[in-house]
Amino acid sequence: MARILPEPTPETRHFWDGCRDGELRLQRCTDCNHTYFPPRAFCPSCASRKVEVYAASGRGVLWSYVINHRPRQDMGTEPYAIAVVKLDEGPTMMTNIVGCPQTPEALVLDMPVKVRFEKQTDDISLPLFEPAQS
Amino acid sequence: MKQNSVAVVGAAETTKMGKIPDVSVIGLHADAALNAMADAGLKPSDIDGVATAGISPVELAHYLGIKPTYADGTSVGGCSFMLHVRHAAAAINAGLAKTILITHGESGRSRVGAGGFGRAPSSLMGQFEMPYGVTSPPTMFTVPVLRYMKTYGVTEEDLANVAVVQREWAALNPRASFKDPITVDDVLNSPMIAWPFRMLMCCLVTDGGGALILTSADRARDFPQKPVYVLGTGESVETPMVSQMYDFTSSTAFKISGKKAFDEAGITHADVDHLMIYDAFAHLPLYGLEDLGFCKPGEAKDFIRERNTAIGGKLPLNTNGGGLSYMHSGMYGMYALQESVRQMRGTAAAQVKDARISIAHGVGGMFAASGTIVFTNRS
Ligand SMILES: [Zn+2]
Repeated sequence: MARILPEPTPETRHFWDGCRDGELRLQRCTDCNHTYFPPRAFCPSCASRKVEVYAASGRGVLWSYVINHRPRQDMGTEPYAIAVVKLDEGPTMMTNIVGCPQTPEALVLDMPVKVRFEKQTDDISLPLFEPAQS
Repeated sequence: MKQNSVAVVGAAETTKMGKIPDVSVIGLHADAALNAMADAGLKPSDIDGVATAGISPVELAHYLGIKPTYADGTSVGGCSFMLHVRHAAAAINAGLAKTILITHGESGRSRVGAGGFGRAPSSLMGQFEMPYGVTSPPTMFTVPVLRYMKTYGVTEEDLANVAVVQREWAALNPRASFKDPITVDDVLNSPMIAWPFRMLMCCLVTDGGGALILTSADRARDFPQKPVYVLGTGESVETPMVSQMYDFTSSTAFKISGKKAFDEAGITHADVDHLMIYDAFAHLPLYGLEDLGFCKPGEAKDFIRERNTAIGGKLPLNTNGGGLSYMHSGMYGMYALQESVRQMRGTAAAQVKDARISIAHGVGGMFAASGTIVFTNRS
């Protein structure tokens, strides 16, 4: 069964194009400098429409998670973590943590993580995260 | 809203509760509505306002043959009914309608005439949460909790204890789905759902419904039941995606809704005799007690462990057994309201003696929304 994938909209296209091209793109307000996620055409902090897309560091920390013991059909048969990372730039983002066991012992809050793009189709790569050196 | 200007004059749940495979969703709405109308001594032709969530108020009105001058289809998840009460109070005060019916019905377990739980892949949740394997609420509502636990030193035992204390209340309620006592060990040995959440930390999945009828306080005295007055109300909404909560250790919507309700009611925490906090999962009473201001951040676990919310405690909480033990069809807020009304009427299975003020506090979606109603039985 094929994994459930996102369907980009005009407002989010830059983000998914970035993932496809190996770059984690966030948006920043050029009036108040606020960085935000998920994508939209204006700043949620000050409502300015003067916003820019930029390449983020792709780094953050593991902020919170659960380990789903009843896997969704398209996610395989083993338990997996549904995680939120807090990016160095500020926003939180849901993701999966790859490259480490899906256990409470391996998944320690506040551990540094970095993005790893996993290609799903020609159009869509998902921004997953793996443990990183701090 | 104006304090005590509006009252609940009809309140009832569906005739049956739990597993009802022979009634569809809209049939559950209607069964609850008919029971509430009987409770109030009213017919559909006496109702001039309707409110519901899950189905449209159009479906509800036409199914019951009501031709209303007021319709509210606010649908923000399980606390929608708190918002309906709030809006109904304002509408009655503004003269939009005189007698408003609020209904809930859900075939959570049997799924008769029920829709699915999908999200469009182009929605924000469809793009930024669904791809990572979230399923039903147990894998979403729980996502912020490890951060809360780390911040305040809350343990799995603390989460389990919430379920244990509520089961004690459920044992007093003949209509509760689960009545047998459980221990912290029982909870921690129940099947793993989404670590750190085990089955007994998660709500039931059942069929059922409930309905309320509100009218102005001056008319309320002419009804057969003891009026239950709306003293204060609050509501707020926060985020459609749990990963985008403003603060993983606190619900901003809870704080805004709760403060508004307390301010409107003109009460302090010490005035509250009885409390309902929507408990789809064991962490919600902890967040609720803190965000409503009954406990300081991180102290709700101790408050519950010290048995303040248990039978005989100073703040009886979730006295019907809650979503963890009483019932949970999907949008549980209606059952929290029903228990508050019963406590104010003096007819609850686990009646709190001399209770004068009760609060029903709801959550919608995965920390998406909130509604708070302060009731009193004193005019
Ligand atoms: Zn800005």
